[in-house]
Amino acid sequence: MPATSKATRESHARVFDLDVSSLRELNQALHNLTPGSNETAWEVLNPKGNHSVAVGVDQPVSIDVRGSVGYYCGGMNSGSTITVHGSAGPGVGENMMSGSIVIKGDASQYAGATGKGGLLVIEGNASSRCGISMKGIDIVVHGNIGHMSAFMAQSGNLVVLGDAGDALGDSIYEARLFVRGKVDSLGADCIAKEMRPEHLELLQGLLDRAGLTGVKPSEFKRYGSARTLYNFNIDNADAY
Amino acid sequence: MTYRNPPTTPRKSATFDDYTLSEIRRAAATGIYDIRGAGAKRKLPHFDDLLFLGASISRYPLEGYRERCDTSVVLGSRHAKKPIELKIPITIAGMSFGSLSGPAKEALGRGATLSGTSTTTGDGGMTEEERGHSKQLVYQYLPSRYGMNLRDLRRADAIEVVVGQGAKPGGGGMLLGQKISDRVAEMRTLPKGIDQRSASRHPDWTGPDDLEIKILELREITDWEKPIYVKVGGARPYYDTALAVKAGADVVVVDGMQGGTAATQEVFIENVGQPTLACIRPAVQALQDLGMHRKVQLIVSGGIRNGADVAKALALGVDAVSIGTAALVALGDNDPRWEAEYNELGTTSGAYDDWHEGKDPAGITTQDPELMKRVDPVAAGRRLANYLKVMTLEAQTIARACGKNSLHNLEPEDLVALTIEAAAMAGVPLAGTNWIPGKNGF
Repeated sequence: MPATSKATRESHARVFDLDVSSLRELNQALHNLTPGSNETAWEVLNPKGNHSVAVGVDQPVSIDVRGSVGYYCGGMNSGSTITVHGSAGPGVGENMMSGSIVIKGDASQYAGATGKGGLLVIEGNASSRCGISMKGIDIVVHGNIGHMSAFMAQSGNLVVLGDAGDALGDSIYEARLFVRGKVDSLGADCIAKEMRPEHLELLQGLLDRAGLTGVKPSEFKRYGSARTLYNFNIDNADAY
Repeated sequence: MTYRNPPTTPRKSATFDDYTLSEIRRAAATGIYDIRGAGAKRKLPHFDDLLFLGASISRYPLEGYRERCDTSVVLGSRHAKKPIELKIPITIAGMSFGSLSGPAKEALGRGATLSGTSTTTGDGGMTEEERGHSKQLVYQYLPSRYGMNLRDLRRADAIEVVVGQGAKPGGGGMLLGQKISDRVAEMRTLPKGIDQRSASRHPDWTGPDDLEIKILELREITDWEKPIYVKVGGARPYYDTALAVKAGADVVVVDGMQGGTAATQEVFIENVGQPTLACIRPAVQALQDLGMHRKVQLIVSGGIRNGADVAKALALGVDAVSIGTAALVALGDNDPRWEAEYNELGTTSGAYDDWHEGKDPAGITTQDPELMKRVDPVAAGRRLANYLKVMTLEAQTIARACGKNSLHNLEPEDLVALTIEAAAMAGVPLAGTNWIPGKNGF
């Protein structure tokens, strides 16, 4: 694997150039990492929209991806810190367990889908179904999010500094949604909720973790489940 | 003495039969559709409508007690570095922890392992009971992704991407609040006691092109070691099989409408999807048209009950079958020993299907700590192993009689059909004729 020896003098990062090495070699090298490895910094060059870049990483390393990625970048991430210096295709950070992923550009559909934990930061906009079926992940979007975001969201927090599209939080369970801008419409069983001190505190913590300064929690509105669809009732059938 | 006209015998409607009338009354009283477990109960063309021909002057049989008849099968050799090797072509279908009790899952694992076959998780994640007691465990990748995690994905022996199931192609799952115990709730990241809806679509892919990318991701995460199955309900078996192969599946699982579910609307179970018998030939045809028959393995499930069913499915071209309902019966489901308790629930043994209510007297489809004690995982696992052994011996008996030294050498030419419907679906001649409906212009 000739590309792996091209460590840059500046960073001492292990560099993978996907123009030279295959995706398989990259992911296998990441999976071969063992606890305590000194190879804690990784750099991926020329991702060029490749799918499944840095999926299933389970060691606390940092991975800088220089460019835009296709589907499922950082899928099932467990503990690594991934920064995409570009935009991300569908399902970035899907089912993430822990660690963090930062997208410097925009993210496509299903960002953070079913995520169990960790932090996903999208510095641009996210498309539809952001945080769909989220199960504990925290997602912070600097821009706007598309329609049907947080559909069936079970737990975790979604923070949106911009606006949200139609049907936000449709059939939501216990996830918390914080939106600073306007919401085009709320989905079934999703309602605006009172922002109590504990929520302001929680939101401040999320903003801090996402490295956002100068954004006040008080500027956001909170949305969550009305919990009217938790147990089936025929008189709710019109809601579906 | 007054003359009375001879009375007519009271006549019930075939259309509005007793069951239909009871369902109208039930719906009118409750305002809720009927939810139940299991698969289609209506009479359908099935394996019973096929017969084997056996050997005769033009074919010679193998000696039943002497000559070997191979039953093994390898699944996932197309792409996986570590394919699954099974001693018998009968696997245990996916059934969730949540719908089933922990001891029942453990028993399935024990029985499958004793028999040299695999068992499968379900919509609720992987439990220690089943991982610990299953030598070969298939981990389902479902739309809900309940309990889905990297560690379990890597300690699975194969991954099954579930697109649909035979009882409800196009439908999601439902686990009603009664069965959401603390442990089930934790595994699914949901509050206790609420109705849990499993999504009908995957959250992060739609269509065959996305599926190909999703399969690539799962392979990359697991370093191309594990076979990847794609499971579909019996809706459009030809195209679903072809698209699963195109998307990169190692194994395609087609589940007919007799395949069970933990809980779905009765109207869905009985009216959506195709019978298992009708699904097999189109799925096999798709593989043959793509030149992938026996390279991508086909598993068929839905109403497999005995070795004859296994042999017939294999003769029609499948590589292995899967059992769910039958495995539960082997564990003790619907056993007449609990008849008094079934009666208290308003039903009778053999008909009990309110699996979603969590009151199963047999302790299988429940999360009630007292009821689940009725399942001894060791004894129940032994019963399942016995049953699998009998099915295998039965299938071998038939295969030897047809002159085959491997179950997989059975072929459509060994079969005839008793009905025109079965002949058309299975693509074998009607008994006593050389007529295959739909072939040669007739």
